[in-house]
Amino acid sequence: MTSLLHGLIWGLVIATVLLTVAVFSIWFERKFAARMQSRYGPTLVGPAGVLQLIADALKMLQKEDIIPQKADPVLFRLAPPCTVIITLAAAAVIPFDENVLAADLDIGVLFLLAVSGLIVFPVWIAGWASNNKYALLGAMRAVAQGISYEIPLVLSAMVPVVLAQSMRLSDIVSVQAETHWFAFWPLGPGLIAFLIFFICSLAEANRIPFDIPEAESELVGGVTTEYGGMRFGLLWIAEYLHTLISSAVAAAIFFGGWDGPFAPGLHWMVLKTFAIFFMIFWIRWSLVRFRSDQLMALCWTYLLPLSLLLVMVSALFVHYRVVNA
Amino acid sequence: MLTRAARVDPHLDLETYDPGADLMALNLGPQHPSTHGVFRIKLYLDGEIIVKAVPYAGYLHRGVEKLCEELTFIQIIPVVDKNDYVSPMMNEQAIAMTCEAMLNIEVPRRALYMRTIFAELQRLASHLLWLGTFGMDLGGAMGGGASLFMHCFRERETILALFEEVTGCRFHYNTHAVGGNRHDITSKFSRDTKTTIEVIEKRIEEYVQIFSSNRIYRDRTQGVGVLDGDLAVSLGITGPLARASGVDHDLRRDAPYHIYGELDVNVFTESAGDCFARTLVRLNEMRESIRIVREIIDSVPEGPILGMRPGKSPTHIKIGAGQHYTCLESPRGELGTYIIGGGDNRGASAYRLKIRSPSLHAASCIPYVFPGHTVSDAIAILGTLDPIMGEVDR
Repeated sequence: MTSLLHGLIWGLVIATVLLTVAVFSIWFERKFAARMQSRYGPTLVGPAGVLQLIADALKMLQKEDIIPQKADPVLFRLAPPCTVIITLAAAAVIPFDENVLAADLDIGVLFLLAVSGLIVFPVWIAGWASNNKYALLGAMRAVAQGISYEIPLVLSAMVPVVLAQSMRLSDIVSVQAETHWFAFWPLGPGLIAFLIFFICSLAEANRIPFDIPEAESELVGGVTTEYGGMRFGLLWIAEYLHTLISSAVAAAIFFGGWDGPFAPGLHWMVLKTFAIFFMIFWIRWSLVRFRSDQLMALCWTYLLPLSLLLVMVSALFVHYRVVNA
Repeated sequence: MLTRAARVDPHLDLETYDPGADLMALNLGPQHPSTHGVFRIKLYLDGEIIVKAVPYAGYLHRGVEKLCEELTFIQIIPVVDKNDYVSPMMNEQAIAMTCEAMLNIEVPRRALYMRTIFAELQRLASHLLWLGTFGMDLGGAMGGGASLFMHCFRERETILALFEEVTGCRFHYNTHAVGGNRHDITSKFSRDTKTTIEVIEKRIEEYVQIFSSNRIYRDRTQGVGVLDGDLAVSLGITGPLARASGVDHDLRRDAPYHIYGELDVNVFTESAGDCFARTLVRLNEMRESIRIVREIIDSVPEGPILGMRPGKSPTHIKIGAGQHYTCLESPRGELGTYIIGGGDNRGASAYRLKIRSPSLHAASCIPYVFPGHTVSDAIAILGTLDPIMGEVDR
């Protein structure tokens, strides 16, 4: 009972904090991008425009709720909240600190990957229910991309699992705290696995250069074409949430999570998460988009064999370490 | 991806296409973020591969040619400004040159120098806008983020500021008149121009680095949208598009006007004919424009800028009988004007005025080039074709 209460409270806290951070990260990204493009970005609402997103959210809530006549009304309504719920569910197992986690599952990594893999369904539902050709094309691309990139994503996440010999995320972090961060030890497989994980989570979250399902210059808005108001807002927030959670996961399983000197663990985790998050922004504002067939080629010809190899290498590493010990 | 035949059948009968295929008709436009205006292309998709593409122009048809027949020659110039709205200077020059040729007016040397400078700066501005929007078409940061777009617009803005200094307008200048120019340039203009092109030259090299070193960018453009040189000629495609397909043709060198005859204009050609080649040709042309401006900006002779006595009434230019065609090299290719004189009001307006716009010809290659590519490629190709809808539809 206490663990359920613990889970509920921390789950609520983490979900609230994550949603707030995701909203303000949009402000941060807009400011950051503006500086890259020699602009100012939002300046009017609040100091340095920091409340711009609150204004945007209020605007979205006031918008007329439009559902296209030929859309499937139930599925059309269902998809946006589903994307946010599924994305948030994955956050349940992320260890932000030794005590700051909602559920310390012994199959943490499996749960995380399984739940974040589900994101394909609401996106497909959104595309299908919209009854719009652009949305359909976008959804088709999203499914193809989501499913393909799920495989190297899982395999690259297996590298820390093999190294730590546990699927429990808190174990993975404690092993790193005792030895070294997996991104740097054993040198090579860990870092490459992190890069693959990073690329795949970009693709999973539909971030540039993998924003093919949205592809505003080709498909108008992809799956979000027919959505307006807060429904669009939810789809949008889900994308940022997904990115944020992927960054947190990467920080936890490759960069030692809460492990770090001088400061409390939570600070380190937040710092690492934001460092990776920032890198995603940086990439977003400096690369062009892949074409879908090139995207598939990258996944199946490079990432997949490489991640398979990495799992084997790390398994061998662990084997010899155990034998020698 | 489907294998592309050397030349795709643009009139493909969909009935004869694989009957098992479930084709989807997708209207790209007329309201679509990447059609550069209001342009509709009906795409027949097999999955995401384009089987047939049918362009529909005319959404921006304003009846400019007919309107010009009603207006006097002085009134025409601000109207044609809006045709190729990315390079209005060229439209003005095209009309003015034709009228001057029909009236046998000799344009003063100073005005010719100014026109050359304006034309080259305008080419630079136009190509900068193209580069920015093309980055946007490709998506990503050069796109969704629009980083390249913002940077190119920043540079273009400095050129517009130069034009504003001379003409008072940023965009629709109305600075060319039959017989010369309306607004004179000052020594400040020369100074500002030199500093401006200095900055732009440096920045262009930065953009070239962004482009050429980016693997994704190369993958997206190399081998995409190959336009055959013969096809380009038979469709009447000119300008950077044709030059990227190996057609060595540039009116500035081959049929010089203004003072191009006294200059060595380097013409850049590429043989590949794909999107990447078109990018390279345009980037080289930007460099060449900078070189030409730099070469002549200090040697602008003193003197009058209007080769005829200014008239008081809008009908003081009268063109009687006769017909004439002149063309110049606009940023998009051969921009021609054909005038039959002797219209209303005893020749104060044209009997017939025809504008040969390079963008219309560029857009005409869509049915040949699109099939076999994906929707993503289609946007990239359309971006490199750089059609300006105001000019296509007129």
